[in-house]
Amino acid sequence: MTDGFRRGAFGVTGSGDTSGFGGLVRVEPGGAVALHSTDRPYGGWFDEVTDALIDAVGEATWAAAVPRVLVDRGEITYFVVREHLLTLVQALRDDEALRFELCSSVSAVDYLDSGGPAANAGRPRFHVVHHLTSMTYRRRIRLEVAVTAEDPHVPSVTGVYPTADWHEREVWDMFGVVFDGHPALTRILMPDDWDGHPQRKDYPLGGVPVEYVGAQIPPPDERRSYR
Amino acid sequence: MGLEEKLPSGVLLTSVEKLVNWTRKSSLWPATFGLACCAIEMMASGAGRYDLARFGMEVFRASPRQADLMIVAGRVSQKMAPVLRQIYDQMPEPRWVLAMGVCASSGGMFNNYAIVQGVDHVVPVDMYLPGCPPRPEMLTDAILKLHYKIQHEPLGAKRAAQQAAARADGTAPDLHLEMPSSVRFDPEKRRAYEAAAAAGRTGQFASEQRGGHALLLPGTGAPR
Amino acid sequence: MTTTSDPYAGSRQTTEGRVYTVTGGDWDQTFGTDLHEEERLVVNMGPQHPSTHGVLRLVLDLEGETVTKARVVIGYLHTGIEKTTEYRTWTQGTTLVTRMDYLAPLFNETAYCLAVEKLLGIAVPQRAQTIRVLVMELNRIASHLVGLATFGMEMGALTGMTNGFRERELVLDVLEEITGLRMNHAYVRPGGLAQDLPAGVEVRIRELLTVMPERIAAMHRLLTGQPIWQRRLKDVGYLDVTGCLALGVTGPVLRSAGLPWDLRKVEPYCGYETYDFEVPTADTADAWGRYLVRVAEIGESLKIIGQAVDRLEPGPVMVEDKKIAWPAQLSLGADGMGNSLDHVRHIMGQSMEALIHHFKLVTEGFRVPAGQVYQAIESPRGELGYHVVSDGGTRPFRVHVRDPSFVNLQATAAMSEGGMIADVIAAIASIDPVMGGVDR
Repeated sequence: MTDGFRRGAFGVTGSGDTSGFGGLVRVEPGGAVALHSTDRPYGGWFDEVTDALIDAVGEATWAAAVPRVLVDRGEITYFVVREHLLTLVQALRDDEALRFELCSSVSAVDYLDSGGPAANAGRPRFHVVHHLTSMTYRRRIRLEVAVTAEDPHVPSVTGVYPTADWHEREVWDMFGVVFDGHPALTRILMPDDWDGHPQRKDYPLGGVPVEYVGAQIPPPDERRSYR
Repeated sequence: MGLEEKLPSGVLLTSVEKLVNWTRKSSLWPATFGLACCAIEMMASGAGRYDLARFGMEVFRASPRQADLMIVAGRVSQKMAPVLRQIYDQMPEPRWVLAMGVCASSGGMFNNYAIVQGVDHVVPVDMYLPGCPPRPEMLTDAILKLHYKIQHEPLGAKRAAQQAAARADGTAPDLHLEMPSSVRFDPEKRRAYEAAAAAGRTGQFASEQRGGHALLLPGTGAPR
Repeated sequence: MTTTSDPYAGSRQTTEGRVYTVTGGDWDQTFGTDLHEEERLVVNMGPQHPSTHGVLRLVLDLEGETVTKARVVIGYLHTGIEKTTEYRTWTQGTTLVTRMDYLAPLFNETAYCLAVEKLLGIAVPQRAQTIRVLVMELNRIASHLVGLATFGMEMGALTGMTNGFRERELVLDVLEEITGLRMNHAYVRPGGLAQDLPAGVEVRIRELLTVMPERIAAMHRLLTGQPIWQRRLKDVGYLDVTGCLALGVTGPVLRSAGLPWDLRKVEPYCGYETYDFEVPTADTADAWGRYLVRVAEIGESLKIIGQAVDRLEPGPVMVEDKKIAWPAQLSLGADGMGNSLDHVRHIMGQSMEALIHHFKLVTEGFRVPAGQVYQAIESPRGELGYHVVSDGGTRPFRVHVRDPSFVNLQATAAMSEGGMIADVIAAIASIDPVMGGVDR
């Protein structure tokens, strides 16, 4: 798996898999996160929303703020540079053609080691994901802001969407991403004196071995896995 | 009151012990310690159909100082564990703990950083009740078994030592904690069960009780 | 040895490590002896309190009986379910997510499975969709009944509680017959359902449909017309549409403010667009309106269940693809356990391919193409969203749950500050949060 490729179902090399079931070589350069950008036209209402957003923030800001747009499985994702996040969400909420009144959720994904070290070099590890909903137009979009573990700072959107308060506290608690401008960024789910951020990929699951009469099986994260 | 614990050991004590234990088990007041899914089933046990009031314990106490049974109903997180211990410490002696559901008993399916792997890491547990969540009937059964255990609890340190010695040399009577409550309260069945237990065939006995069928389903009247 | 002067959590460095001592009640030290502060009383409610709807902790600043500040502390039921799913197969994920919002297990399962199916790019058979709608609506009734029961209990109307639980048992009987369990069913699976409906359950459902309206009427007779109930609820916990949207509140709370936002109507899934039902709303934006909306929703769910039972056609309940579909259908064996003897006979004696598929599916699971989706459905408490990420492996890369209880609970301060302390209980009960969903 070192080169970002998967071989066989059991991770064997050569022709160890004889079942014919998972024997296909799968090419996944980016692992979980797609690295490409979708070309215009996106289809459906995606173009309309994108054009309205460009109109609202201006061509120059748009070019600097959104390096990539991905349309996948009927959902549109804008990859946003963090410096321009607040400009964008303000426009998304207030512009008449956009009207994303509801911030459904703010969460994060830790893409550590996804796709192997080759695909991972220099790639920001944490993706903070905002799901916005337009109740007026019945549309949903996704914003992603990528940051590194060394500089995990993202501007807080609580000024635009007060509901993001607890979501951002949860992301801080679970991933250690700092939301600049949040009114009280404290732990929310774990005890206040907890060390570390549990949902990071390099934080162990923390299970204990399971005891049976005359036998013991290791915790779930140390068992044999078929990745 | 705890005064009974100070009584001297002897013939009289056996009768006093029975009386005291009977009073203890017959009005067990649980503390409301609902945590997760099991708490809903615990509430269902207290409500109409399952009706814990039949066993003198419909009064769930909100204050731990008025309760003597803590039903830990649900998963105990690392954040909740100190709170749980504090509530246990606030309960007056004698007190019992029933770990309801696998999460409280052993951590269950949540073998991870967030959950205490069994509430016995925090407080001593008198009865473990598996299930995810256990049905209200199972909770009733666990409570009845706990009643049985309380009824046969030794009173005072001397008596406890006597029983421990009897258990060690094999002369102590078996408490038959496995005995189903339906059998325990029927003298005839109970004698049959004890005979079966002596012969080491309680499994067959249970099967015979159902007429050889795997299980009895409610509502139909007939075994399926 | 060093000590800190943090009044809430003092700590001391020892040879074994840092030891924290958490104390409460040192309010004089914390707040000083300001003259105006003398009227102020800080009350800690929970996390173990009979009226906080679970292990919720409230820190209330009071002036007399008026709440000036309400702070909500959560996390006492944090279970790490999201991280645990990353160590289990896609199918096992169902078993984990069903335990999040434990009063709406079938909604969690369905939302998760819809997300996985979206990632896989598959559509489940019609019969499976109809049964999903059927069990979800049954579950909605059970959930609302518990919501109303605990509402009653927390308001001091204990008969409301016993009645709510009595009615819930009727629904659970049906759900148990369908899924085998009372709660935490793990019945909906990626690709369809674990089992088909048992024979004759339609009759039981129709019986329920005839009994329930009378029980709802009894609920109205018991609570709705009662002057105490009305006075405790009316104009309590006020939150209008603007406040709801700012705080992300959805579900019955938003509908009680007058906005008929129901994902079953505006973003239909599982074929909800083909069912005939109304979205009940109220215009009071208070706890009273939320109570009425919930009772009305039980009636609408009954309508949907009736239509779902009518349109049940024989057919498969799992996708045909043997690389995804769980192979065995269980039947009740002589030992009382679920068995699948026909399936064992098939894989051991007849088909080598079936044996391979079974082995691969059970040990390894299926692979899901890389990508991410967000799937939202209307749970009894509002928008339940699943953000699921796959890296192309046999396990989820990340599952994030946007639980409606978590978001709605943020509105506690907005609803209760400036009101009486007794009304805090009414406000929280009207949100109906489930702590398992809040803390996950």
